[in-house]
Amino acid sequence: MSAVTVERETRATDLPPLRKKRRPFGLYVMGAFTIGMILYLASPVFLMILYGFNNIQGERQVPKFTCCTLNWWKNILAVPALNESLKTSIEVAVPAALIATALGTLIGLVLGRYAFRGRGWINFVIFLAIAVPEIVLGSALLSMFVKANDIGANITIGYTTILFSHIGFSIAFVAVTVRARVSGLDRSLENAAQDLFATPLQAFFRVTLPLILPGIVAGFLLAFVLSLDDFVITNFVQGQTNTFPTWVYGATRLGVPPQVNVWGTVLFSAGILAAAANLIVGSRSSRRAARGVAVATVARERTS
Amino acid sequence: MSSAEERTGTAVVETVETLGEPPKRADQVLAKRQRRVAYGLLAPGSIYLALAFVVPLIIVVITSLQSGGLLSGGYHFTWEFSNYTDAFSQYKAFYAKSLVYSGIATILCIALAYPMMYWIAFYAGRWKSTLFFLILIPFFVSFVIRTVQWKFILADDGLLLGPLKNIGVLPESFHVLATPTAVIAGITYNFLPFTALPLYVALERIDKRLVEAAKDLYASKFQAFRRVVLPLSFPGIFAAIILTFVPATGDYVNSSVLGSAKTTMIGQIIQTKFLTEFAYPEAAALSVILMIGMLILALIYARLLGTEDAALAAGTAG
Repeated sequence: MSAVTVERETRATDLPPLRKKRRPFGLYVMGAFTIGMILYLASPVFLMILYGFNNIQGERQVPKFTCCTLNWWKNILAVPALNESLKTSIEVAVPAALIATALGTLIGLVLGRYAFRGRGWINFVIFLAIAVPEIVLGSALLSMFVKANDIGANITIGYTTILFSHIGFSIAFVAVTVRARVSGLDRSLENAAQDLFATPLQAFFRVTLPLILPGIVAGFLLAFVLSLDDFVITNFVQGQTNTFPTWVYGATRLGVPPQVNVWGTVLFSAGILAAAANLIVGSRSSRRAARGVAVATVARERTS
Repeated sequence: MSSAEERTGTAVVETVETLGEPPKRADQVLAKRQRRVAYGLLAPGSIYLALAFVVPLIIVVITSLQSGGLLSGGYHFTWEFSNYTDAFSQYKAFYAKSLVYSGIATILCIALAYPMMYWIAFYAGRWKSTLFFLILIPFFVSFVIRTVQWKFILADDGLLLGPLKNIGVLPESFHVLATPTAVIAGITYNFLPFTALPLYVALERIDKRLVEAAKDLYASKFQAFRRVVLPLSFPGIFAAIILTFVPATGDYVNSSVLGSAKTTMIGQIIQTKFLTEFAYPEAAALSVILMIGMLILALIYARLLGTEDAALAAGTAG
């Protein structure tokens, strides 16, 4: 029984007049609050862009803003260590996203389509990959590399270990994204193709693949962004190598050079453009969005 | 609403809608050959996931039970459970502090995100997708950079406190940076979108007609909210709490950038033990304790929702 019924019984004696259709004041307050919150969420982004024009004397950012110089934009490449870290970030993110997309798409495809023994286990590992705190995963990966070296493997903690780890956490997100697309798919289209004498492979490449492509592209972009932005896991498995976020973190102790703001602005613009492009192809999501989805999935699978 | 527009921000919602559905019965009967193909397709990714998640998590547990010293012949596996008792008794203050900080931040996140997502889900109309997308804007900038920007905002002569001090609203001695307030504010800021997403997913899914029905049955606006919307959004609130609280407890970027030695959280301890002291067994034990805490929360969540969801569905149908 719903609570609503109970409500009616208690209120039956003094019936209020029928509701009037109007927009109450409270809604405007909430709307204004929402806009305010969005500005609050975006405020560091505005500041990052603004401080890229900070006219400071030294080469490290200070909290006080002095208007304005294009100096840092002109000398965008003036900090060699920063350039190096950006290069590493790209060198990790591109192959990590490609490999994770390939492996994750296969998993997502099978999970979204077939019931098979071990399905629960794979779902569980994907949930684990998404829900485990990054610090735990980072320390676990480092423990594994150290252990492997203890028993005679010769792994250099650096680029290889960063790449290995990034592929790992990206696979789970790609798989979730693709799985969503596959299970939302109308199977009758593929059946129709087969009825029209397409072989299973033809049906797959001509019908299924184009239909799930937006999911695959979204998965790739997600993997790319996750890899580019990852700090905690990279911090554990990077050794002497630095990616963009870990280098910036290291630089905060002495002060961040303004070129970081400039590069941040460049990456931000590129990200917005990619999102706009992806809007045309399909959908865009984020690491935490996928986390939310994963938790919701587990909950749903428990209930269904 | 155009389908393209609909798709942008609400991909998450779509994903959730379709995600949990098990394959249709007819598909479950697989030919032997098909099954072989399915396992073949799964194999590479699954093996990788095993190597990148299952194996490391097992090894960190093994590492946490080692004893020995880095300089005295390395670490050896000896079922050294004292690592756990030592780590816990020595650092329980840091666990407690982390739980308090992330607990307060989680409450703040829910309090801030809920009205916002409620308004977007129920009243934003055709602006829904756009507003939802705007909430994701911060994700396009590395969170390390965003945290550094907060350091500038909260600095004594920064954009916020500087002017306030100049006009005399605040005394010169007023600080925010390096206090627990700054750390909690930083965590709240950084995790707010992660609170918002599951809340949005839950609120979006609520059938607006149920609210209408409640009002037709003479529920006041508040009663309709408290008796219909709020209970139906509980799964989202639980998800939001887990997704905010768990990672926030292990966070160490906010406390190291915005805090001081007094605000050290357990994540910083784990990081230092691992990366500068190379005290692997101790660090691994600290990390495993955190992992177990998170697993317990996740299990409670799954249990609660398993029964809760069904009860709610039954309740609204009645």
